Amino acid sequence: MTSAPFARVSLRQGRWYVATLLLLILPFAVEWWLGRGWVRILDFALLSVMLAIGLNIVVGYAGLLDLGFIAFFGVGAYCYALLASPQFDLHWPLWVVLPLGALVAASFGAALGWPTLGLKGDYLAIVTMGFGEIIRIFLNNLNAPVNITNGPQGITMIDSLRLGDWSFARPHTLAGVKIGSLVGTYYLFLLFVILALILSHRLEYSRLGRAWAAIREDEIAAASMGLDTRRLKLLAFAMGASFGGLSGGLFAGFQGFVSPESFTLQESVMILCMVVLGGMGNLRGVVSGALLLAFLPELLRPVGVWQQRWLGQVWIDPSTLRLFLFGVALVLLMRWRPEGVWPSRARAREWHRS
Amino acid sequence: MATFLQQLVNGLTLGCIYALVALGYTLVYGILELINFAHGDLVMLGALLSLSLMRLFLDWGIPLPGAVALALAGAMAGCVGVGLLLERLAYRPLRQAPKLAPLITAIGLSMTLEQGAALIWGRDYLAFPDLGLSHSWVFGGIVVTAIQGVIGGGTLLLLTVLLWIIHRSSLGRAMRATAQNPVAAQLLGVDTDRSIALAFVIGAALAAVAGLMVGAYYQVGHYTMGFMLGLKAFTAAVLGGIGNLQGAVLGGLVLGLLEALGAGYLGDWTHNVFGSNYKDVFAFALLIAVLIFHPSGLLGRHAPEKV
Repeated sequence: MTSAPFARVSLRQGRWYVATLLLLILPFAVEWWLGRGWVRILDFALLSVMLAIGLNIVVGYAGLLDLGFIAFFGVGAYCYALLASPQFDLHWPLWVVLPLGALVAASFGAALGWPTLGLKGDYLAIVTMGFGEIIRIFLNNLNAPVNITNGPQGITMIDSLRLGDWSFARPHTLAGVKIGSLVGTYYLFLLFVILALILSHRLEYSRLGRAWAAIREDEIAAASMGLDTRRLKLLAFAMGASFGGLSGGLFAGFQGFVSPESFTLQESVMILCMVVLGGMGNLRGVVSGALLLAFLPELLRPVGVWQQRWLGQVWIDPSTLRLFLFGVALVLLMRWRPEGVWPSRARAREWHRS
Repeated sequence: MATFLQQLVNGLTLGCIYALVALGYTLVYGILELINFAHGDLVMLGALLSLSLMRLFLDWGIPLPGAVALALAGAMAGCVGVGLLLERLAYRPLRQAPKLAPLITAIGLSMTLEQGAALIWGRDYLAFPDLGLSHSWVFGGIVVTAIQGVIGGGTLLLLTVLLWIIHRSSLGRAMRATAQNPVAAQLLGVDTDRSIALAFVIGAALAAVAGLMVGAYYQVGHYTMGFMLGLKAFTAAVLGGIGNLQGAVLGGLVLGLLEALGAGYLGDWTHNVFGSNYKDVFAFALLIAVLIFHPSGLLGRHAPEKV
């Protein structure tokens, strides 16, 4: 850095410019090369990335295993769905509903964390798992005596994502370039993902992030150094949950439909798998893991087609196979490479110390 | 009153099944301080294995009692085999690893077993063969079916055998020693690896029996049936005091009773705002309450955490 500051800086800046340019033209390239369906998959993948960034705060930074994380995604999604749909004939704007969803999810996180964070890690895992189920049971049953969530049918005709006059559900033409609705949504989601990444990165190296690392490495030592471990863990829970809630709101607006089916334990495990595969606590790893697993169903789709072609029948259902592989991957990773595929150096050391 | 007594009988039946599964959690936790999330899925495996084996044996023309006995033996062998594999291949290498590792492994194993079963048995609900136990007796307005009697009697028998093994046999003594202090036990010549494996074996065998019972009771088998059952049985184990065998049984019975009574009366109490469709929430609320207010459970001794 000292010897040739200008050269280094411009090289780094150059890299950023290239990365930005690539991210900007990516959806057009995907649409042209692979078709529109893949842009939609890309949009969903970005939502997964955001979920993974949120869970990473809880599992990766603070070292707390949350097996009900999808519940916060569900809370955010239902928040949006209830406040911007014909269900109650409310149509609140995006910039109110999204932050509100994140806030409600964060308060759910705090409400769950407040009584349970005094517990040992393994108890916490099973309580969060139960909490995820409770949320789903309520979403499923709150259609009587007063119809709030519309039960298992879910809520339909949710308002599309729209900022002022700009609707993300419609194509636009900007400076002669036609931007399809899926591509526009991609930019919106990308913006949120980048914000989440910056926030998360800043958190990691902040006073708070260092305190989380201390708790993760040795809670008793951290507490004896004067850290208020309970409050800090609560913060991790609430912050992680707010990312989940935000992602859920975007999901509801993008899909136009939510039902309790989308918020099962399998989904929680999938997000956990994304975080663990890439490397807990390392943003680069988490993002790569999330992207890889978000595209996995598409990569497994040919498995069904091949079976149909050569065996005349689909013996192994690709979606079951996907979940099966998630399970196997978690076990194998913990056995052979607990720090993940792209770990940060500090975390790798932690895993192999004992 | 009749409703109350009827729910009591139903609750005790349910409680017996919870107790058998809870014992598996408590045995492993008592020794390893590990929540084996995959234990509920072993119950599912036991149910589906016995379902398939029973159909097979009945097709071969083996009379019903023989088919049931053979299927149970087969399911137990299968579950014990899988339980041993889990312990040997997944959990044992992680004994010295940070706490997060075995927890994530456990959830991964649970997923693997569940989806593996879905790959083998499919995603549809499967009808359990009729065991011819639908006969029922009426005692003063309360109906007790034969299957309820069998579940109660079977549980009692298994508990007797288990308590004998743990408290009277040398294997049980080794297990208790390992649970108290693994290092000291090892120094005194106890094969602690064998004790730990034995805890998994006993838990898996009980899970297989519980699986057969659940399947026969509800007459249905499905690859997801182990999840909720496992969570509830874990709740029972915590309620009774995790690591404590008598506690697991007591917790199972109490939870079964609470749930049956809750399902029966919840609607009346809350003027139908909450119906029996919330009975699963009941168990979790109880779990959270126990963990907050009395984490050592009904029979567990309060032990300060070792540093």
